[in-house]
Amino acid sequence: MNPKYKRLLILFLILSILGLATKLVLMALEENIIYFYTPNELKKKYGNVKNIENKIRIGGLVLEDSIVINKNESIFEITDKKDNIKVFFKGQLPDLFREGQGIVAEGILKDNKLIANQVLAKHDENYMPPEVADALIKSGVWQGEKKK
Amino acid sequence: MFDWLANPNRFKKITNKLEPSLLVISLLFIIFGLYFSLFDSPKDYQQGDAVRIMYVHVPSAWLASFLYLSLAVSSIFYLVWKHPLADLISSSIAPIGALFSILTLITGSLWGKPMWGTWWVWDARLTSMLILFFFYLGFILLHNAFERKVDGSKSASVLAIIGIINLPIIKFSVDWWHTLHQPSSILKFDGPSIDNQMLLPLTLMIIGFGLFSLYLIIVNVKTKLIEKKCEALILKLNLKELS
Repeated sequence: MNPKYKRLLILFLILSILGLATKLVLMALEENIIYFYTPNELKKKYGNVKNIENKIRIGGLVLEDSIVINKNESIFEITDKKDNIKVFFKGQLPDLFREGQGIVAEGILKDNKLIANQVLAKHDENYMPPEVADALIKSGVWQGEKKK
Repeated sequence: MFDWLANPNRFKKITNKLEPSLLVISLLFIIFGLYFSLFDSPKDYQQGDAVRIMYVHVPSAWLASFLYLSLAVSSIFYLVWKHPLADLISSSIAPIGALFSILTLITGSLWGKPMWGTWWVWDARLTSMLILFFFYLGFILLHNAFERKVDGSKSASVLAIIGIINLPIIKFSVDWWHTLHQPSSILKFDGPSIDNQMLLPLTLMIIGFGLFSLYLIIVNVKTKLIEKKCEALILKLNLKELS
């Protein structure tokens, strides 16, 4: 065989084996790679466990009409439209925080409530000027972030 | 065909003509791109002015990934076809790619603080991008780590090829796993979800960054060719003195 093609073949083989190995590793580590669970996924994974001592992250949308902001604590619910989880958070909420916004909260689960030590806003992939967003909401084509 | 392209003299001939126009055109794209991104494009309905960071962040990220693909392909050419020019091209691409990946990480971080509320998280997209930066660094270090230059070129090329595996992980990380990073706005099935007024400066910047990288790579390769020639000349002179 031409040595060039032999080298090419060897490279190709090595790459496929490495690719396969990487895929297996990533599959095995999937739980560590995903950045957060949605409330429904958490329920599926832990069943009816009410307390989780290790830090977990819950992601989803801020449920409408669920926000209560007290002097030093904010209470709200995260929803994935199947399940909700109540979140207690003492600290500065991100600027993008509002009803219907995607967020990720990190903390421990206590009595089925998340005692969060960090709340991050998750931005979506839509980019548009404010006028366009208004027009879209008015014409009913798009419901906007709030009612998503 | 590769032999035809890999001739250093022909490479010089072609690139000598290309070089000045490449520089001018790429700078024009970047100047207009920057003007539109900073002054003549709308604010985002959510992000406000912070959206302007995207016009540097996204082109950098694309270039960092695309340059890595080019680095890996030219490494394959070097290892399989043993063309010395391919090695020069790889080692010329690496520092530029490293620069774009660190630029991606920095601009992303600057955007993340006001928008997400954090400079950095270890989600799949951010982490795989950091790994891309490390692959570039690894290539550069390995390339220079050996007494015999050929050893460095070979081992660095192997590393570059292994790193290809990271590219689909970067691209699809936002679809495969839950990440804090948002999914792709431009390359998606149902068309871009980004307003045309914002797509314009973004496109200008991507083309500008791309052409400017090509210019830098050409300058880099030519410098390395001259370096090689000098080394050969010095070697010749030394040999003469000895005899």
